[in-house]
Amino acid sequence: MDLSLSEKETAFRNELLDWLAANPSGQPSGPGQDEQFEHRRAWQRRLASGGWSAVHWPVEHGGRAASLTESAIFFEEIARAGAPLPANVLGLLLAGPTLMQCGTPEQRDRFLQPIVTGDEIWCQGFSEPEAGSDLASLRTRAVLDGDTWVLNGQKLWTSYARYARWCMCLARSDTDAPKHKGLTYFLLDMKQEGVRVRPLRDITGAAHFNEVFLDNALVPRDLVLGGVGNGWRTALTTLSNERSGLAFFHQVQMRQLLDRLAAVAVARGSFADLRVKDALGELYTRVEALRLTAYRGLATIERHGQPGPESAVTKLMWSATNQQLTQLAVDVLGPDALQEGPGWGYELLRSKGNSIEGGTTEILKSTVAERVLSLPRSR
Amino acid sequence: MHFALTDDQREIKQTARALLAERCSAARVAEHADGRGHDSQLWDELVGLGWPALGVPEEHGGLGLGVVEAMCLADELGGALASVPYLGTAAAALLIRGAGSADQKRAWLPRLANGEVLGTFGMARDGQGELVPEGTRADLIVLVEKGRAKLLTPATAKVEPVDTIDRTRRYAKVTGEGESLPDDAALPAARVSVLVAAEMVGLCQRTLDMTVAYVKDRRQFERPVGAFQAVAHRCADMLVDVEAARSLVYGAAWAADVAPGTLARSAALAMAYVGDAARRVTSSAVQAHGGIGFTWESGLHWWLRRAQLDAVLVGAPGHHRQRVADAFTGDVS
Repeated sequence: MDLSLSEKETAFRNELLDWLAANPSGQPSGPGQDEQFEHRRAWQRRLASGGWSAVHWPVEHGGRAASLTESAIFFEEIARAGAPLPANVLGLLLAGPTLMQCGTPEQRDRFLQPIVTGDEIWCQGFSEPEAGSDLASLRTRAVLDGDTWVLNGQKLWTSYARYARWCMCLARSDTDAPKHKGLTYFLLDMKQEGVRVRPLRDITGAAHFNEVFLDNALVPRDLVLGGVGNGWRTALTTLSNERSGLAFFHQVQMRQLLDRLAAVAVARGSFADLRVKDALGELYTRVEALRLTAYRGLATIERHGQPGPESAVTKLMWSATNQQLTQLAVDVLGPDALQEGPGWGYELLRSKGNSIEGGTTEILKSTVAERVLSLPRSR
Repeated sequence: MHFALTDDQREIKQTARALLAERCSAARVAEHADGRGHDSQLWDELVGLGWPALGVPEEHGGLGLGVVEAMCLADELGGALASVPYLGTAAAALLIRGAGSADQKRAWLPRLANGEVLGTFGMARDGQGELVPEGTRADLIVLVEKGRAKLLTPATAKVEPVDTIDRTRRYAKVTGEGESLPDDAALPAARVSVLVAAEMVGLCQRTLDMTVAYVKDRRQFERPVGAFQAVAHRCADMLVDVEAARSLVYGAAWAADVAPGTLARSAALAMAYVGDAARRVTSSAVQAHGGIGFTWESGLHWWLRRAQLDAVLVGAPGHHRQRVADAFTGDVS
């Protein structure tokens, strides 16, 4: 059992830290989301120029063939440096790996390079108004017309859709097949007449997500990924790649938020209140438990080639802990934590999405019960 | 980094589990707890297999292995709820090994390793160990107070039995002058707390396993009760607790062997979480078993009882949370 970095991992980390020190991410030019996104796009270009954009990808596709642990180190260290996620995080973590596993050589040649540089941003068109947790019931229709698929329907909760050039779009290509069998995975060009994007204002007042309306959107036949009717399997490939790197980024961000809160608590004298001290102690305990559980998850994947029970519980731990943290901030800071705008008020509201995005807590608990504990399927 | 047991460590854990599954059935647990006896037959076997020798240095007749390996045994013994004095004996050896003089080590470690001496330990306040496991029958008691430790024997100690709800162990209040260990005992005591926490991880895992088996089997409304989300989600919550607790205990055990600089903090983190996790998981196990869980006959309560005692054996979770808060806020302020 070893929690320390190997020589190779230490060398990787040192090289990264040197590079980060010489290449600070800087700040967005303004508070708006467009400015923030452009900042992240510029940040990704910088990462790419130093060879740090797609560390977990194979060298032939512009990566460093980083191990799982090295990839975790990368996400931890950029968070620790106060840098944002690269703009094309969905391309790097989801679209790219899915293309490498399921794509044709032509698709890989066409799409992978612009993902690394951030020149082509990707979004994920899975969820729909009537297909959230029950994803396979999605209704967007795809009909083949000559050599072109014609898509009609609506996608929801689509992050980055406003900025994306391409969409990993799951649609129903066969209405007669059973619901998991009639799906096809399309590489959809977002810059066309048949695609309309509407920002979706969320609980925070900002628009992190979008609605995407497909009205005779066109996809050439050769931009089906993983074969017609294989969409569910291809989508599972995407989803299985999802949170590996992000978990480490978010875990560090949560620790930073907690450190900020603890520093304020000490500065204001609230730390003398045993209830506050106890709550802070509990949060540090939970944050550390999450970090160590994530490391155990990596070890299981390295050993068995697939995630174990640890990986199944980290999202549950993260979302609950982040919500607990932002609520404690209100107790410690009082009305100061309830100001509109960036700050604790925003964090409080934003954290409410943590237990919904990427699988609701309820769905994840059912998944854990069925897949990890082998309990009978529940409804 | 590879934060998982090595093949050798897994082997130790699996061998221990297999042996205990054979020797220490739930019926046997009940028999010893109900009759307030000890499983001396099992203990003799474990001594023969070298379990108490595991963490003792080779120069003192032990196997020279670390806290991680001892943690594997404590984990399995906690799960099986075996009525054997492993924890106290291993703890006494860790304390003497870490804080004792050369003479004290020579005098005690070989006899703790070969089972000749039954050891135990206790956290003391104002000179009194309030909750000393197996204090009534130990040959050697190490009391720890504010980072200092002293050795007592039945000849020098006043031992007063305490009748706790955990009938798998005989607890005692212990006072007396004793013989001081010369070196600082804070880190050795942290190593002991890792074993206590490991025991709780074992009993959490075991009660989760029993609960999962039960809710798959028990039927109401024409289906297994585990098919009801309210029950399934309770089990998922138990798993979160088990995994989080295991991670923190593994982290503390690793620090105990490899990173003494972070051990105090890691041990506090583990104790802060695991005590409450053990309370929650064992309570949840009783709840998920419904009426059966509340019966004497189900035996679940033996694990719940032990969890309650283990959770306060080296300080209650709230105490450790305060230590965690102090340690981390020291970094940020």
